[in-house]
Amino acid sequence: MSLFSIFNVAGSGMAAQSLRLNTVASNLANADSVATTPEAAYRAREPLFAAVKSRLDGANAPGEGVQVLGVTESQAAIPSRYEPGNPLADADGYVFSSNVNPVDELVNMISASRSYQNNVEVMNSTRQLMQKTLDLGK
Amino acid sequence: MSLTPDNLFGIHTRALDLWQRRTEVLANNLANADTPDYLARDIDFRKALADAGSGAGNLSLQTTTADQIGAAGQTADGLAYRVPTQPSMDGNTVDAQAEQAAFAANGVHYQASLSFITAQIRMLRMAINGGQG
Repeated sequence: MSLFSIFNVAGSGMAAQSLRLNTVASNLANADSVATTPEAAYRAREPLFAAVKSRLDGANAPGEGVQVLGVTESQAAIPSRYEPGNPLADADGYVFSSNVNPVDELVNMISASRSYQNNVEVMNSTRQLMQKTLDLGK
Repeated sequence: MSLTPDNLFGIHTRALDLWQRRTEVLANNLANADTPDYLARDIDFRKALADAGSGAGNLSLQTTTADQIGAAGQTADGLAYRVPTQPSMDGNTVDAQAEQAAFAANGVHYQASLSFITAQIRMLRMAINGGQG
């Protein structure tokens, strides 16, 4: 029965969106982290989503949800600051901060939470439909 | 007169099957609302139901061994790609609001089909009981 598979589809969507929220939380928490070298500096992370193709092949088969292919790191430039008093400063007195853009992250957070809510709605509606089907003939 | 469930419930069982499949397709669209290059899909209900009613469009697959999957197992016809109203930068054509609305409407249609079947069952039960409850 394919109504059951909707739970998997919506569940995969919720898992993907919660991972996205997780990366947003990590990015915001590390927005002010500093490091001694540009390589060690924190880079903003973002998950990479991809649609899961159905096992029944062909363009006609409905998909089976979403998967997270991996987490990518932002390639934006790492800003440096002159802070000779900082214990993490390098020989020239510079520290390298993260390349997290808080505005991007907040937009991402809103988008992720809305998508999560959509998937919860889908799951709730499907549960009701299944319950109605079970009550058939009563 | 034969009262096999198929004849009794008429087109409603097929309609129910299609609504259910459409629910799955729409759930997929919503789950992939943020997937780059994902193309939203939908079922052309009128065409799919016409195919189901006439028996055309579903070519029967011959199974020669027991572990082959017949045409009945492949529940996929009438699937098409949605025409995007607002193209997005990442190539995704899911419009969450439109999908949400379609999903809600689809749920109501599903319940309508269920009500028709329930009414048929009630009618049959009344005929059996002779109206005695």
